[in-house]
Amino acid sequence: MTPLQIVFLIVTVATLISAVMVVSARRMLHAALWLILSLLGIAVLFVTLETSFFAIVQVMVYVGAIAILIVFAVMLTRRDIQDRDKVTNRGAWAAALAALGVAGGLVGALTGWQAFASIRPELAADSAAEGTRIAQLGMALVSPDAYAIPFEVASVLLIGALIGAIYVAGERK
Amino acid sequence: MPNFWSDPVGFLIQWLTNLLTGLGLSPELVKFLLAFLGAALLPLMAMLFVVFLIWYERKLYARMQDRFGPNRLGPWGIFQTFADMGKIFTKEIITPAGVDLIPFNLAPILAVGAVLLVWAVMPLAPRIVGVDLSVGLIFVIAAGGFGELAIMLAGWGSNNKYALLGGFRAVALLLSYEVPMVIAMLIPAMLAGSLNLVEIVASQDVPYLLLAPVAALIFFITQVAESGRAPFDLVEAESELVAGYNTEYSGLKFGMFYVAEFLHAFTSSMLFVTLFLGGYRGPFANEFPLLGLVYLMVKTFIVYFVTILFRGALPRFRIDQMLDLNWKVLTPLILAMVFVTALVDKIVVQAGGPLLVRTIVLFVVNMLIFWFSSKLLQRNVRPPRRKVSVQRPLATANVTPSASQGQDNLSA
Amino acid sequence: MLDHWLYIGLFFFVAMLLPGAAIFIASILAPKKPNPIKSSPYECGIETVGESRIQFKAQYYIYALVFLIFEVEAVFLFPWAAAYNQLTLFMVVEGLIFVLILVGGLLYAWKKGALEWR
Repeated sequence: MTPLQIVFLIVTVATLISAVMVVSARRMLHAALWLILSLLGIAVLFVTLETSFFAIVQVMVYVGAIAILIVFAVMLTRRDIQDRDKVTNRGAWAAALAALGVAGGLVGALTGWQAFASIRPELAADSAAEGTRIAQLGMALVSPDAYAIPFEVASVLLIGALIGAIYVAGERK
Repeated sequence: MPNFWSDPVGFLIQWLTNLLTGLGLSPELVKFLLAFLGAALLPLMAMLFVVFLIWYERKLYARMQDRFGPNRLGPWGIFQTFADMGKIFTKEIITPAGVDLIPFNLAPILAVGAVLLVWAVMPLAPRIVGVDLSVGLIFVIAAGGFGELAIMLAGWGSNNKYALLGGFRAVALLLSYEVPMVIAMLIPAMLAGSLNLVEIVASQDVPYLLLAPVAALIFFITQVAESGRAPFDLVEAESELVAGYNTEYSGLKFGMFYVAEFLHAFTSSMLFVTLFLGGYRGPFANEFPLLGLVYLMVKTFIVYFVTILFRGALPRFRIDQMLDLNWKVLTPLILAMVFVTALVDKIVVQAGGPLLVRTIVLFVVNMLIFWFSSKLLQRNVRPPRRKVSVQRPLATANVTPSASQGQDNLSA
Repeated sequence: MLDHWLYIGLFFFVAMLLPGAAIFIASILAPKKPNPIKSSPYECGIETVGESRIQFKAQYYIYALVFLIFEVEAVFLFPWAAAYNQLTLFMVVEGLIFVLILVGGLLYAWKKGALEWR
């Protein structure tokens, strides 16, 4: 067991437990906190995959923006910040069965995937190489024969989200 | 074996490695121990440095207000901070009823931790840097996100609606000011072609202050706002909302928020120097890294002085003024700057201009945009004076009902 | 690179440990005399009225949302900026079109009054 594997195991278990606590916490704000923890766990998983850029983007966007947005949304829709709710409802058992089914299907599909068997190409893991990779990502995002169109479509998606949210939120005058 | 003066950290690492493997420890353990030592030393030094920083700021701020500042304890009051620490360590820590223990206690620790985290990627000298992270620039932004999280935790952890309100206002303000800050950070990344702070410093043959002065100004303003300092210190204004998100904190927990604020101001000054003033660059910095550290400190203290000057000289803004400034002035301006800088720089470089031409062209373009936008602002900022009232007739002796009715009709 | 992150992990651990240890020391040194009046939430020196319930303005949510949009925009632009020195003018203009579309969004928000603090 290399140290990396130990770290991976610990972080995975922590992330999974946080994810379960998100849906089973009684107070909404505690659920938001557990969500932040699970998002941080995913960021650490990105680090173990040696992509610092995505780990930091995960923290920057998810923890720094989306988690705060979710807390604000929780505040906006609760009458009382100390709200306690029932955690389960009548469909709980059916939902659990469906979730297990999906999980089983995913595991089954992934174990048959060829790429797991092949050796991952060894990425040069020093900072200069990563810097070059980020520059290559940037180049790929805007070069016409790579991902230029999806790049511009992404901006249209963002502006759609912005306009939609402002329109919806501005209704209650 | 590297020489101590030309490569202090390398020398120390080599010496310690030899020492520890000589004691019979495995190389992996040695590596881990050295990493731990390095990781422990930097935050410790930063925290000890804060003691000096608090004294410095209090003295300077006091002098700006034409008073002495601390001058009783020790020569020039140097030991004042120690006395304050002694007081705050022994103050009773009151935990109000009904608080959520984990957010309440985590918030001050996270606030300090978030600021200290930035020191890990800051290039202190040519070969002295905590970790040469390839994405140091956005790491700083992510660390700032932790700070905002800490304020949110403080706000709702205290079982107090004023603290909650103060916390949310503070976070809304911080989020708003982070938009121009993040976009302003694009410009040094563009000019250097990398997100690595060490590389950004290394490629500043001309300090980026000259290549992008408007972006530097906007970055500076947003950093002052992010630290929650005057003139943006609405969230800790003494006369409003009591003390905002840290109302319910007493003793050292409050002290930690205080320390976090000072350290944030200094760290963001250091970040400004790294991004726009060339960091540790200076004559002979490459041969003697410690000299680079000296240059960095001198430049950072100059910027920090300007920060304190802002605090001492400017009145506090209202929250709607702050938000208007952010969304209607800073954000469009910085977006325009990104636009213009990207286009102009690419055109000049493709036309084969040397560095001097690039510098002059970019500087001139920046000045033009600054002048133009300040003209725009001046036209919009000063509303025309309304006529408050027409000339009132003097009070006359015989006041008849009809006359008083006419006199009530003063137009505003 | 994993060495780098090991360092950062240890650094963060120490950075959280230092204030935590300081607070722990303070909690030992400080006197502890709780009483119900001191422990009640602060409300300008008077008794608290009602539960901790606040009127939350939707404006906070709008600010967080606009911030999120611009943050994601910045995330897309950072690799573009890192690759700036190798890009052609056409590619630079493509990135600027991206920025322009979002400037349009900002203008919409401005005109709709979504950025006013009410």
